Amino acid sequence: MTPNRDPMAYLPGMEIIASNLLEAVLAARRAFVPEACTATQVRQALQKPRLRPEDFAALLAPAAAPQLEAMAQRAREVTRRQFGNAIQVFTPLYLANHCENSCVYCGFNVHNRIQRARLDGDEIEAEMKAIAATGLREILLLTGESRAHSDLAYLGAACQLARKHFKVVGLEVYPLDVAGYAHLHECGADYVTVFQETYDPASYGVLHPAGRKRVFPYRFHSQERAILGGIRGVGFAALLGLDDFRRDAFATGLHAYLLQRKYPHAEIALSVPRLRPAIHNDRLNARDVHEAQLLQCLLAYRLFLPFANITISTREEARFRDHAIKLGATKISAGVSVGIGGHQEKNKGDEQFDIADFRSVQEIRAAILGQDLQPVMSDHVFV
Amino acid sequence: MTQQDALVLGGHAFTSRFILGSGKYSLDLIEAAVAQAGAQIITLALRRIDPGGEANILDYIPRGVTLLPNTSGARTAEEAVRIARLAREMGCGDFVKIEVIRDTKYLLPDNAETLKATERLAKEGFIVLPYMYPDLNAARDMASAGAAAIMPLGAPIGSNQGLTTKAFIQILIDELDLPVIVDAGIGRPSQACEAMEMGAAGIMANTAIATAGDVPAMATAFRQAIEAGRTAYLAGLGPTLASGACASSPLTGFLRDRP
Repeated sequence: MTPNRDPMAYLPGMEIIASNLLEAVLAARRAFVPEACTATQVRQALQKPRLRPEDFAALLAPAAAPQLEAMAQRAREVTRRQFGNAIQVFTPLYLANHCENSCVYCGFNVHNRIQRARLDGDEIEAEMKAIAATGLREILLLTGESRAHSDLAYLGAACQLARKHFKVVGLEVYPLDVAGYAHLHECGADYVTVFQETYDPASYGVLHPAGRKRVFPYRFHSQERAILGGIRGVGFAALLGLDDFRRDAFATGLHAYLLQRKYPHAEIALSVPRLRPAIHNDRLNARDVHEAQLLQCLLAYRLFLPFANITISTREEARFRDHAIKLGATKISAGVSVGIGGHQEKNKGDEQFDIADFRSVQEIRAAILGQDLQPVMSDHVFV
Repeated sequence: MTQQDALVLGGHAFTSRFILGSGKYSLDLIEAAVAQAGAQIITLALRRIDPGGEANILDYIPRGVTLLPNTSGARTAEEAVRIARLAREMGCGDFVKIEVIRDTKYLLPDNAETLKATERLAKEGFIVLPYMYPDLNAARDMASAGAAAIMPLGAPIGSNQGLTTKAFIQILIDELDLPVIVDAGIGRPSQACEAMEMGAAGIMANTAIATAGDVPAMATAFRQAIEAGRTAYLAGLGPTLASGACASSPLTGFLRDRP
């Protein structure tokens, strides 16, 4: 594997689908100059019943910062009309932390000397039983990106186990071909999330110096391949703080928007992750993405895509998350461990990043109920 | 309401014409909302049913209320049929509201697939209430396929915009021999009342009640509006004058004029 190969070039054997989404998103990202947006454009955006991409861009601009309260008011109203007072609750289960990539910001980086582990079938089932006992009915399965340690058969078996214990099964694993997604759908998975990390190809190349993940377009088209493979819903995110967060948030929302226009039946979800410290890399931080900027991104996502689920991660503190679900987030994780086997007595493998909200499922449920919202454990039927 | 004025769906008679939704407000408000609405039918999404789970919606619905499970989540007729069967297996009874939606943005119903699902589920003995876009041809076909009622949308779901499809709903009411229950988009009691005055057989509402400040109180307001509209319809509304008064020179005056 050549370390300096072009991140826009596919590797041999990678599936290429016919799609014009990548060019459209990258062109729009290049054309978006956050500092050029005016307060007038922001006010106009806030008065429109339906936002166009240029309105979304204005809401992500520095010029929208003084309008944050107005955005919050409107976002809350839009969220309640669309979702009522329902807040979906789920938890991630990390199956393995073996990884072939060398993302410079990630604890699972192949060069990071951490305790590596992979759960076997019995261990997965024990974890799932422990999680299901907390009342959760939705699970998100995650792995590091290692085709050798977590191959398709392993992932399929994990999905089948998850279907036994949960109503909703989501995946956050390395990008697959259409056939791979179709297989995992048959095994019980209905949701696929792939973070693009940053939508700037040059930064992307610097941050992902090696491994299959270095191939920007293959990762970019993951959601579309998942939909073509029969997956019901797809999730998008940029890891805010890696590059210009405003332009990355814009590209993320536009990516989701264009995909839904192309596949109107696809359920769309967004996350708003910020860069966090990771093991052996505790100086990582999200630079200029403070809570106000993070909230601005979340609110802009909500107003641009009223129908999309928005997940708020345990990377954020309890106080921020509790407010986020009032204003626009519709999905929250609870009882989270980002290590391998973290729902048993002792971690078998190390964590991907540091979390900031350690509350149990019962505590999160209580926090939701305390705000006149209702925790929803299952909002899905597998057909 | 008199006994003669029952809403009859698949051979079952109901004195209430208000079908209550359950998806967007807290489970522990359902009982009060049902009571204040006087509702005898409640819709619920199969996707929210979770036997043995902590937040199983079925545990919160008062006994004696007829369940109208919907097939939300279905993108095709095939999926709607499967979801309907699952609902019956879970003990939700024979009623089903068909929702086939393959647009996650506006959640508009797909009439063609809805018709196919209506046909198949009616044959399987379900009491089928298809949620549909108010198109007369599609509604007639659904009636022929065995629907027990037709549920046209008044406006985009969740929009609280009211009867934006009013002219087309009136055509369905006038032309179909089945009950027409206006579903989706009704945002205020006055809009529910207006639909009932037009001759709608019932109203289904969720968002308008769920997003109100006081859920049970808004359920009361809707019940009253629906009853008022029904009474007005049965009484026969007085004519509305389009403009001015009656013509001063009668057009038929010539009949009395002798040459």
